[in-house]
Amino acid sequence: MDQPYVDVADWATDYDLFHPDYGNKGPEIWDDLRQRCPVAQSSRWGGSHLVTRYEDVSAVYSNWEVFSSRDVTVGIRDGLMDLLPLGALPAEADPPLHSWTRRMILPWFSSTRVADYEESVRTLCRGLIDGIVDAGGADLAHDYARQIPVRVISKILAIHEGDIDEFCEWVKVLASTQDEPEVFNAAILALVSYLGDVIEERRVRPGDDLISYLLHETHDGQPIHADVLNGLTIFVLSAGIETTWSSISSALWHLATHPDDRHRLVADPTLLPDAIEEFLRFYAPIMSARIANEDTTINGCPIDADAKVVLSIPSANRDPEFFPDADRVIIDRQINPHITFGKGIHRCAGSNLARMELRVAIEEWLARVPEFELAPGVSVNWTSGMARGPFSVPVVLK
Amino acid sequence: MRISVDPDKCTGHSRCSAIAPTLFDTDDYGLSTAVADDIPSEMEAVARRAVLNCPEQAISILDD
Repeated sequence: MDQPYVDVADWATDYDLFHPDYGNKGPEIWDDLRQRCPVAQSSRWGGSHLVTRYEDVSAVYSNWEVFSSRDVTVGIRDGLMDLLPLGALPAEADPPLHSWTRRMILPWFSSTRVADYEESVRTLCRGLIDGIVDAGGADLAHDYARQIPVRVISKILAIHEGDIDEFCEWVKVLASTQDEPEVFNAAILALVSYLGDVIEERRVRPGDDLISYLLHETHDGQPIHADVLNGLTIFVLSAGIETTWSSISSALWHLATHPDDRHRLVADPTLLPDAIEEFLRFYAPIMSARIANEDTTINGCPIDADAKVVLSIPSANRDPEFFPDADRVIIDRQINPHITFGKGIHRCAGSNLARMELRVAIEEWLARVPEFELAPGVSVNWTSGMARGPFSVPVVLK
Repeated sequence: MRISVDPDKCTGHSRCSAIAPTLFDTDDYGLSTAVADDIPSEMEAVARRAVLNCPEQAISILDD
């Protein structure tokens, strides 16, 4: 991004989630804030409080009556509210709207259903790896990780093969321009209008995809409202893509830069399920936000009604008060109740799918390319904003 | 040893059924239930692991 950033003198009182330092130096910033000011404050981007300790993040998550989900992000909203008056559902709703919309989509992401998607993810990964091996190297963020989730979601929504590339492009723009209003709004408009056409088409010619299913669902005996339909569709897209590709990129970055962990996993693939949980803990790809419904406190800090509270899941997951050796990746960590998928009534609806994509992407990669490392001389930057992962993971294969 | 899942606390992370698939059942909405009435002694360690990995602290050990 080209625009200049105003540097941050003190992250406790003036943090900026979109400043490049927040991506690149996140772990240091969280360590400092957890000790010095576990509920930080800033007037940037509309103003918010940043919560960094596991116990406090957990407490806010579990208290949906006081901390509403009516706005769960920081950044641009203006263009969004006209197009999606109910927000992305069920993530940006409180009960009762949250409860029935969530119940409607959960079976699409159940562990049984996700197992059905696994073979196609494996085939997709293998095809991508073929291309990378032929080339002798690649940017694993761009050429591998970012190609996977958007294609999986496209399949669930049955997006036409010929439209997938353009569709992927809009999604990527949405993921990377939350601090650039014009670009972001244009992309969301294009996407909502494209999905509007898809919805109309499925009305006439239903298939076995999620959109066709939603068109046949009812609530209180009525077909579901267009705003609910749009909210659910946009949610599936926006929640399931950038988060998952960031996780895959982070895990590959870790394996490229930590040969000992890589060798252990290659030698003993049964370690993979624990390693995946540890990658999820250590490289949690997303934060979430809440709005206080009333004057309240978090860890003794006063929070006014209508104030925004940002929950740093990545920081909570590295809280040494909660996790022994929190600042180390231990690929066979046995006790790991991380909250990467949130906690409470808004537990990530796609957690089974995300886990499967991450596991299969790493499994297939290591099976085919056990030896690889970061390309010499490159320095990798990490994304700032609500989602965090490496911008690029340029590797050479050995 | 017996265990139970509190349905008011479980939100469907499915960590328990991933760690101990023979001890937990998870429905289409992610809600887990403990299926074994009495946990065989060789499964006790894995059951304890499932308890400790639940992000919602929804699983309790009823008796040892």
